[in-house]
Amino acid sequence: MSTPSYLIRRVLQAVAVIVIVTIVVFGLLHALPGGPARGILGPQATAQQIARFNHEQGLDQSLPVQYLHYLNQLLHGDLGTSYTLNAPVSRLIGERLPKTLVLTVLSLVIGLLLAIPLGMWQAVRRNRPADYVITTLSLIAYSTPVYFLGLILVLVFSQVLPWFPSQAPQGQSLAQVFSEPQALVLPVATGAASMVAVFSRYMRAATLENLSEDYVRTARAGGSRYGAILRRHVFRNSLTPVISMLGYYLPVLFGGALVVEQLFNYPGMGLLFWSAAQASDYPVLLGCVLVIAVATVVGTLLADIVQRIIDPRVKAGRA
Amino acid sequence: MSAVIQPAKAPGTADTPRETSGTRLAVRRFLRNRLAVAGLGVVLFFVLFCFVGPLVYSTDQTHTALDQVNLAPSGTHWLGTDAVGHDELGRLMYGGKVSLIVGLAAGALATVIGTLWGAVAGYAGGWIDAVMMRIVDAGIAIPALFILLVVSAITTPGLPGLILILGLVSWLVPSRLIRAETLTLKNRDYVLTLRAIGGTHARAILRHILPNSVSTIIVATTFQIADAILLVAYVSYLGLGVQPPATDWGGMLSAGLTAAYSGYWWLILPPGLAIILVVWAFNAIGDGLRDAFDVRGRG
Repeated sequence: MSTPSYLIRRVLQAVAVIVIVTIVVFGLLHALPGGPARGILGPQATAQQIARFNHEQGLDQSLPVQYLHYLNQLLHGDLGTSYTLNAPVSRLIGERLPKTLVLTVLSLVIGLLLAIPLGMWQAVRRNRPADYVITTLSLIAYSTPVYFLGLILVLVFSQVLPWFPSQAPQGQSLAQVFSEPQALVLPVATGAASMVAVFSRYMRAATLENLSEDYVRTARAGGSRYGAILRRHVFRNSLTPVISMLGYYLPVLFGGALVVEQLFNYPGMGLLFWSAAQASDYPVLLGCVLVIAVATVVGTLLADIVQRIIDPRVKAGRA
Repeated sequence: MSAVIQPAKAPGTADTPRETSGTRLAVRRFLRNRLAVAGLGVVLFFVLFCFVGPLVYSTDQTHTALDQVNLAPSGTHWLGTDAVGHDELGRLMYGGKVSLIVGLAAGALATVIGTLWGAVAGYAGGWIDAVMMRIVDAGIAIPALFILLVVSAITTPGLPGLILILGLVSWLVPSRLIRAETLTLKNRDYVLTLRAIGGTHARAILRHILPNSVSTIIVATTFQIADAILLVAYVSYLGLGVQPPATDWGGMLSAGLTAAYSGYWWLILPPGLAIILVVWAFNAIGDGLRDAFDVRGRG
């Protein structure tokens, strides 16, 4: 398939996925007990009050009409209004999302910087004791609930050894968040640890696959040094599948952020979501779900496109 | 020519040269994988611990004993007691039962849904496949934890409801694996022949494609169970899990969170380690099965 037609096809797919997500979110919004009216007016509301509210808000129209109305609002950036915080959901998310991004991007970058060399090193020393030990350790880290890992880190590095605060930076603005770098250490370490566990596994598998390719043997037969082959060829070829995994990994990243933010009381989108769940603040809940889902779909799309550009084998349908 | 005139032996006798089937080879390869066998041992241990353990080490997990709360481990309470006086070791067995049952059931349910979805999508192809897989993409784009929290805001499910919800949020990855498998199987000669002599689509999927994907399905189920047990732990931590006085390992962990700062390590380390060990064990078994059957899985 030529690149332009691939791009068009792939973008259309992404749009279809986003439409399905909006249908799911819209469906959830209407599956609420008593509908949005009950959510806003509370359990004390009378049937007349609910009927009047439904009429005023257009909720007595047919579902397809309401859905189109909802889509129209979304396209204008309107995610509804929070029941409890009395503010537009888009503004709430807009304030919190950058903080979540700081946390996740830091964890991701540190995690990848550790995981990529680790996975390669394991592949080179495959089936030796060191490889077994690290494989086992990363599988254990993968099997650990993130909140338990974070709790252990807090107990060790905040309670027993008073090195770092057990709370994340509480500042409202990004500048305030960065003004307490030592408070970011434990939350970022928690996120990065789970990242290392996942991506060292991918990197090890990808490197192993490449080490068995003909080009490695050819390069060695041609007299290239092993280290140079690893750095120049195997590294780059193994990196592409790992990078493309990143797009698919976004939902896990946001899920991890939800737990880390709750554990360290970090005022990002995850904590916003968590408190919204406690308060049954549905517009906030579903607004967050929508933002994350759209971010994931776009991330996956970009990862696929980038992979197709940097790896000619993908275009040829061989990788 | 001596080999040809060997006396025939009755089938089933001990020294009949047995056919080395794929399954037998796979079992042998699996048993050579030390980590996977260790995983199997861990799972067996916890099954015995949770289901037979309470018969040996009997404790009261329904009534509170407020005169003996947060006791440190001792001869009478081997792992101490929790904030309402339950014996922690007994609670570990009691909560483990819930974690294991929910994890196994939800993992199996997710694989069944994913397998059928993926097989139908891959077999049908065309726009049916396109629509079904875009639904999967949409599901994957929404993190399961977020959906579970939304559900928890709407309702508090019982045990069967919890299993159903966990199954419904985690069938997406197996559906992709089985679809890929189906795409390679549906053009095999035996499927084409079946169609040519008038066999139904349902027969092609149920009698040919699924049985031939069985190794992929087994591997997927194992990883799915590991993920489900982990997900149950998250769900309890976030407050959607089983309701007191019932509990599970995740519930015990979140109940012990505040106590941990008071130094009551026995309230968090045992359930935490139990979760890690069991999830690790299922992942190690999954790795072993994947290598033994030589199927593509995750990681």
